[in-house]
Amino acid sequence: MSKKLLSTVFSLSLVAFTSGTVLSSAALADEAADIAKGTEIAEEWDRRDWGFGDTESYMEMQLENRHGDKSIREMRQKTLEVPGHDVGDKSLTIFDKPRDVKGTAFLSFAKIFDPDDQWMYLPAVKRVKRISSKNKSGPFLGSEFAYEDLSAQELKKYTYKWLRDEPCGELQCAVVEQTPTYENSGYTKMITWYDLSEYRQQKIDYYDRKGKLLKTLVSSDFKQHLDKYWRPYNMYMENHQTGKKTRLVFSKIEFQKGLKDSELTKNTLKRVR
Amino acid sequence: MRSRFILFKKVKLIKLAALVIVTGAVALGASIISAVSASQAHAQEQAGEEESDIYWEYSGSASLDLRVFPDSALHSGQRDQHLNPSIVFEPEFLVEWNDGDDRIDFKPFLRLDAQDDERRHGDIRELKYQHIGDSWDLKVGADKVFWGVTESRHLVDIINQTDGVEDVDGEDKLGQPMVNLGIQNSWGDINLFAMPYFRERTFPGRKGRLRSALPVDTDNAEYESDLEEFHPDFALRYSTVLGDWDLGLAHFYGTSREPRFVVKPDGNGQPRLIPFYDIINQSSIDVQATFDEWLWKGEGIYRRGQGDDFIAFSGGVEYTFFGIIGDAGDLGLLAEYHYDGRDQDEAPGAVLDDDIFVGARITLNDVEDTDFLAGVIVDRLSHARSFSIEADRRLNDRWTIEAELRITDGLTEKELQYDVRRDDHLQVRLSYYF
Repeated sequence: MSKKLLSTVFSLSLVAFTSGTVLSSAALADEAADIAKGTEIAEEWDRRDWGFGDTESYMEMQLENRHGDKSIREMRQKTLEVPGHDVGDKSLTIFDKPRDVKGTAFLSFAKIFDPDDQWMYLPAVKRVKRISSKNKSGPFLGSEFAYEDLSAQELKKYTYKWLRDEPCGELQCAVVEQTPTYENSGYTKMITWYDLSEYRQQKIDYYDRKGKLLKTLVSSDFKQHLDKYWRPYNMYMENHQTGKKTRLVFSKIEFQKGLKDSELTKNTLKRVR
Repeated sequence: MRSRFILFKKVKLIKLAALVIVTGAVALGASIISAVSASQAHAQEQAGEEESDIYWEYSGSASLDLRVFPDSALHSGQRDQHLNPSIVFEPEFLVEWNDGDDRIDFKPFLRLDAQDDERRHGDIRELKYQHIGDSWDLKVGADKVFWGVTESRHLVDIINQTDGVEDVDGEDKLGQPMVNLGIQNSWGDINLFAMPYFRERTFPGRKGRLRSALPVDTDNAEYESDLEEFHPDFALRYSTVLGDWDLGLAHFYGTSREPRFVVKPDGNGQPRLIPFYDIINQSSIDVQATFDEWLWKGEGIYRRGQGDDFIAFSGGVEYTFFGIIGDAGDLGLLAEYHYDGRDQDEAPGAVLDDDIFVGARITLNDVEDTDFLAGVIVDRLSHARSFSIEADRRLNDRWTIEAELRITDGLTEKELQYDVRRDDHLQVRLSYYF
């Protein structure tokens, strides 16, 4: 509790300092209220995903350049929930297509503030390489998704500020500004639309390091698993600056298949397929 | 002339057949035992359990290789053609059951080379049965295992024999028959290897390029052990991750993968090189520290059995500038140093004994996965240089293209590569994946 208070006070003083204006106490109070409200919404979003255990997803990534040329990638991802707010989840991604990268695998242990631990398995040479995870803002497989868009979304990776409520399609959404707290993000901020019925991230606008709108992610085809956990089966990312698009379509997401911690290690990476 | 119509020489064919039979029989035997015990276990389970599905898959690649040699051949007997085309076929079969906990992999390899009948060869890259248990796994059959962290020399990597006709970088390997037990613990992983059959290194034939002045007679290899290629070899490896550090410790006892050479006349009184394989003991360590953009890498070995005991090490750094090319491309800079303390008369020759490698890697992170790697290895004493540039790119969902340029410069008679001084070449490979 005191930690949260401290961080709120800290963000407040930061806002006051950076804006360079003397804020009235009323404005300060509004600001604090908006931060508290934004944080509450994100906490609710986070809480609704607790206890999912593990998932195994099958997905296809459709890349499209501005001329409309398409290319397809297919992959599977196993994710293991690591309980607690100070560590991130573990995930293993295995590529099936294009065929020349078939069997390539990517293991990531997400951290909150420290760089993630990441290994890559190259099947042609049977080599497991520890790789630098500084590359958070780099494109994932040449797509419009950056590594940071696809790595585990942890509550403490951002600070939150509520902006407004507004209709989003048939639903009512809370619009929240999120600022990455980790280093090397490619974004200065993200604007996220959470629907107020199930607290799902319906849409995200990403702003680049210069503060310009870079990309928009629209999630749809949400399905509920185990009567609790919602997952979008369609994620559409559009880059406004390059005109390129990537659609991520899930064909299957399975929950609680009994994935063990010992199955997600550097050494077991060699035997994935 | 008749031999031109025979795909493989008889000896090679017999050895290949023996390898297929041995590894195939072992892998098949092990998998049958497992399948039987699994079905028994399954039968004992309560009714209502669903049948375990058998999954199988067939994939692979076929490639067209073209080597271009600008210079004429140097040694007598070599085919003096500037273009060397060849075809590579590498299918892969996979069968698995018990939700992937039991599987058989089969990966044969075939190269048809127009000019060199030693390079025209087949191999079983993999034919193995694997069982994955709870915190352990077992592998029986032929497989490839890689150890190490450095880029320009693979010092500690010892399980597999180098397929020397494939490329000069030594990264192509022959399938190694083995029984491998892996045990995963919270404090690190243990891998035990027993290798019942040794694979001899392949070398270009008399007609081929990139060979020593005297051709290597691979049909008459000699061994320190009376058991020859049936000497049982063993290895033990421990590896662990400690925060930013990845550490591996290993010991190998058995037949040296690197041969020494003995000059002996053949039936016609012509001198040729006979490979001689010693029994060695080799302890090794490999470490990588990953600090943001910096990768620090080191490998070291201590070897007994080839003249005086000696050590060798490779160490270096890789620094990556992320996203500095265009919007998304990365530039990595590499520098490595290699030392080898072996007695070059009593141990197999080592090219990288006191050499510096510097290189650059460009990864465009584009849809086509375009990559470049350029580097030079300089001998600190003689200043002899080996340059290499590699590039690869995906053309579409089924085709890729790769190119490699290898050039040597300033070689003196003291250098091991002196005999290949006229073999600078460009290799282009077009691959189709299915």
